[in-house]
Parts: sequence; C-alpha cells; structure tokens
Amino acid sequence: MCLAFSSVLFAVGLAGALARSNSILVLLGLELMLNAANLNFIAFWRFGPSHSPATGVVFVIFSIAVAAAEASVGLALIIAVYRHQRNIRLAEATRLRG
Amino acid sequence: MSAPPADSVLERAPVLLRDWLTGFLPGRARWAANSLLDIVAILAVFGLLFAFLTLAERKILGRAQNRPGPNRTGWFGLLQPFADGIKMLTKEDIVPRAADPVLHFLAPVALLAFAILTFAVIPYGRDLVPVDLDAAVLYFFAASSGAELAVFMAGWASHNKYSLLASMRALAQLISYELPLILSFVPVAMAAGTLSASGIVAAQSGWKWNLVPHWLVFTPWGAAGFAIFMVSALAESNRSPFDLPEAESELIAGHLTEYSGFKYALFFMAEYFAMCALSGMAVTLFLGGWQAPLPALEFIPSYAWFAAKLLALLLGFIWVRATLPRLRVDQLTRLAWKFLVPVALVNLGTAAFWSLSFQWAGPLQLVRWGIALAMVAVPTLLLGRGLSGGLGPRTYRYA
Amino acid sequence: MNAVLTLIALATIAAAAAAMAGRNLLRCVLLLAVSWAGVAGFFLWAGAEFVAFAQLLIYLGAISMAVLFAVLLTGRSREDLVADRVPPRRALYAVLAAAAVGAVLLAAVAATPLAAGPTSVPAVGVRELGLLLMGPHCAALLIVGVLLTVALIGAVVLAAGERTEKPDPEP
Repeated sequence: MCLAFSSVLFAVGLAGALARSNSILVLLGLELMLNAANLNFIAFWRFGPSHSPATGVVFVIFSIAVAAAEASVGLALIIAVYRHQRNIRLAEATRLRG
Repeated sequence: MSAPPADSVLERAPVLLRDWLTGFLPGRARWAANSLLDIVAILAVFGLLFAFLTLAERKILGRAQNRPGPNRTGWFGLLQPFADGIKMLTKEDIVPRAADPVLHFLAPVALLAFAILTFAVIPYGRDLVPVDLDAAVLYFFAASSGAELAVFMAGWASHNKYSLLASMRALAQLISYELPLILSFVPVAMAAGTLSASGIVAAQSGWKWNLVPHWLVFTPWGAAGFAIFMVSALAESNRSPFDLPEAESELIAGHLTEYSGFKYALFFMAEYFAMCALSGMAVTLFLGGWQAPLPALEFIPSYAWFAAKLLALLLGFIWVRATLPRLRVDQLTRLAWKFLVPVALVNLGTAAFWSLSFQWAGPLQLVRWGIALAMVAVPTLLLGRGLSGGLGPRTYRYA
Repeated sequence: MNAVLTLIALATIAAAAAAMAGRNLLRCVLLLAVSWAGVAGFFLWAGAEFVAFAQLLIYLGAISMAVLFAVLLTGRSREDLVADRVPPRRALYAVLAAAAVGAVLLAAVAATPLAAGPTSVPAVGVRELGLLLMGPHCAALLIVGVLLTVALIGAVVLAAGERTEKPDPEP
C-alpha cells in the first residue's frame, strides 16, 4: 500500500518533469521523484525485514541532504541561464555557448 | 519542608486538575480530552500573556522614554489590551482588489498556526509537557521554520512591489538567523545527550556544592550559546533591533502593509507568540527549564519557576527594544553570517573541549575554565574588532 | 491505521498533481510545499519522527525558500509567472509515459512476495541515529558535508555571475 503510494507519486513527478517547459517546474518534478524514493525507503524500513534497525532512516537523511544540495545547484543554474536568455523556458536552452 | 517537592499538592495541581476533569473517560477518548485541555490551557495562558505583554511593553518603553505609557483605560492602563482587541476586531478588513484572496487570507493564519505549533514541546513544569517527543527540539525548529513560507505568502499576496521587497528582506533575515539559532543549540544537545526537551531539562538537574545549579548557562560555552540564541531569537521574531520588516520608516510596514484589522492583529499575535516560544525554549535549553536555582527554594512549584524565568527573558526582550537602535538590512545579515555563525562554530568546539575535559581534578578545573573562557572570548573579540569599522569619525555609506 | 494512510496518500497525490498541472507558478510551488508536508506526515505515521521533522525543516523551511527566491529572481513581471499552457499532445505523451512507468512499478510491487515484516515500529531513537551516523556511517556523513559545502559554493558562484555585465537595455 505504501509502495503503491510512492509509485503513484513518482509517476506524478515524472509526468510533471516531462510535460512542463518551465525549468523550475521540471526541477520541482525532480524533487517530487526524490521524495517518492524517500517514501519507499521509509516504507521498507517500517514494514520490511532488515538486520540493522536504522539503515532506512540513515539513508533517507542522506537523501534529503543530497536533494537539498541538488536543488540549490539546479536553481543557481536556472538563474545563470536566465541571465543569458531572459526567460526560463527549457526548450530554448539548447546551445552550450551563450 | 517535610514532603519532597515532587509530591506537594501545589506542585501537582495542574495534573490533578486535569485528571479530575478527564479521569472518567476511557482510554483513547481520555488521551484526546487531555490533549484538548492542553491546547485550551496553552492558548488561554499565552493569549492572556500576549495581551498583558503588549501592555507591559508599552509601559516599559514609555518609562524608558520618560513618559507614562497607556494609563487612561482602567487602573494603570490594565484594560488597554482589551481596548486594543476591540479596536482591531471592529476595523474594516481591506483586501486589495488585485490581491490573491486565498493567499492573502491564509498568510496570517498559517503564520499563527506555526507559531502556536511550537508551543507543544516546551516543558512548562514537572510532567507538564504537552507532547513528549524524542526529537522535540528538532520539531520546534521545524515548526518555526514553517513560518517563513507564511511571510512570503503575505508579501506576495498583497500585490504590492514594496510588500514583496520587504517580505524578501524579512525572509533573508529569518533564514540568516536560523543558522546561529540551531548552531547555538547543538552544544546543548551534545552536553545533554538527547534532543528531547524534558531530557535536556533533566540533564541540568542537581546543584554543585548545593549552591550553584547545573544549568548550562553557567558554563563558558553555555553563556556564549545563550547569548547567541537570544540574539537569534530577537531576529527570528522580528523584534528590535532587528525589526526592519515592520518598521514604520522602512517600506511602511513591510509585508504587513496591506493588512488591516484583525489580520494585522493576527500577525502581531504571531510575533509575540514566537517571542514567547523562543524564550520558553531558551529557558528549557539553557536556564534549566522548570528547576529551582537553589535547593531551599524548591517549595515554589515548577511551573512558577518556569513562568518567572520566561517573564525575565521577555522583559529582557522589551528592555533591548527600548535601548538599541535598529539595524540596517546589510548590517543585520553581516552580523548573522560573519559574526554569529563563526562564533557559534567556535562555541561548538569549546563545548566539545569542555565535555572531554570532564575529569580534570582540583586546580586543573581552573585551567579548564580558563581555556574554555579563552576559546569563547578570544574569537568573539577578534571577530568583533575585525568586522567593526573602528571608533573613528563616522563616514556615511549608503545602504 | 489504514484510514490515516489513505488520507495522507490522497492529499499528497492530489497536491502534487495540482502542482504539476497548474499554471500559476507560485501556486504550483506552494501546492508542492503542501505535498512535501504530506510526505512528512507519512514519515510520522510510519514512526520515523526524526526524518519527518528533518523533512519539514529542510524542504518546507529551506528548499521552498530557495525555489521561491529563484522564481522571483527569474521573472521580469507578474505575467511571467503564469506558465505557458502545455500543448495537449505533449501533456498526453508525458502522462502516458509516466503512467507506463507507474504501471511497471505497481506490477513489480504486486508481484513481489513481500514479507509481512514487523508490526511494531522499529525503535530507532535519536541517540541511536546519532551513534550510527558518527560510527559506521561517519565517512558518508563527512562526504555529504563536503558535498553540501561544494554545492553551496558552486551555487553562489553560478548565481552571482560575472561582475562586468552590460546593463539591461531599456525595453
């Protein structure tokens, strides 16, 4: 049941990340997918057998920290791209050279 | 004092009252009724405290400025808060036409909700914690950081360029000072070995030589940590000298500009509740919670001690407001990032040294105190000297 | 118990779907913040208190702030904040792809013989977490610390940009 919840959340995040052309919304879809993965970890930690009692929780702590780092770098990238093309439509960021 | 203090009737009065009121209910319903009683009690007590705190602030500020403060409504102005309440309730509620109505309504509600949520984990007395969580202080910081979203909502929903700008500045201030707040708490967690509020209070129990309590504020790193926590608490609740977001000379009222009547009162209430909650947490973390300072004074009930310490801290807040001028936004962020964060980190090192040098005996204790004091004072002085512009003739630099 | 879980799950998925499909960018961000709070609610339901509060502190208190700042810094006017309407074909393909992935995941979940597992919450207090983080997982903790520092410095460098920039020509 919890795994179904996290799968559906992952699918929603994936749909959002694929469909939107606004970079920030794509980033938000990514964050949603990361959250769904964390949900999965906690569901297994709670209901699944494991030989060490806290592996799931420790993993999720690291996952949240890494997600925070990735979000901040992603947003900085978006701001840098905005400085070049004056809007944040993902479809226009097709060239590596500004 | 023949009976041990934990059993005296006065001490256990709140718990006895609660059990008398809900004792006849079965299991789960009893838990729900207890929680409901806790909520009502907290709202009633802190609501009244908020009302009389506004009055106390105006009187004290007035006396500090050589004027009497409100003294016309009732004896010594005691009915002033109620007059203010009636005024706020009867004012017209103006919502700008271009404002986002849902967000405009939700912002003060969310802010107040997060401020009240933080009251749930503070131990008000022996056995008087509403919710005894294992990670209580983390919950406290999480609930108080949820208020930032509400500040943004307020600034954005007003559809006012200046409100938005001011709410961004308020947000910058809130985020900047969250870091020293949490960093100054980390040594406390290290010393107490737990994040639970009642565990931290229990770790500060007992007296050294039956005279000096083991409160964490009486250690070098504890005193520095307490100072950093208090400064950050001033900034987190938007109080002077960090009240840039709501000063009248700065962008009118900042993110609160477009709010009138009861919603403004809700913002105000949220600020005072945040002040009370942060003071309550400071009492718990550094001042030993509900414990008495001397063994001979233990007959005074624990919640009375908590109230006394809380009131002392709140009066300290008001005193600071009456005394210090307001900081500019760049001065405020510079203070947070360049001064408080490094000092808090050095404080962490000092606390580590303190707990590792636990067993030094006899005269080595003096050495321990000396080294700890040096580790706290020297970086503070050096950083302060380095960051301040010196005491020469003042050159005006544009903000 | 299952009623609470169903409620949290429905609220979170509804908020997430509204966030992904919405047009007003700020409303999307705020709805996503609601769904993050829903995820934290799930963590609380599952008994992982520390992670729930950490999720609230980091996501609601920090990441949403960063996203909101980025939204406001990259929009030149209030009209920019209404995102373009997604062309229906693209939306359809995206939803189909996501539904396919979701179906594969759900099939995998249904087909795996999951053990019943413990019925009570594994007791992991904050103290045990701390000891684990500082003991066996110390290397990971230090690496994540370095990662966060590098990410922060990189983000500041990227967002600050170069000092010599031509000023924006008047529209």
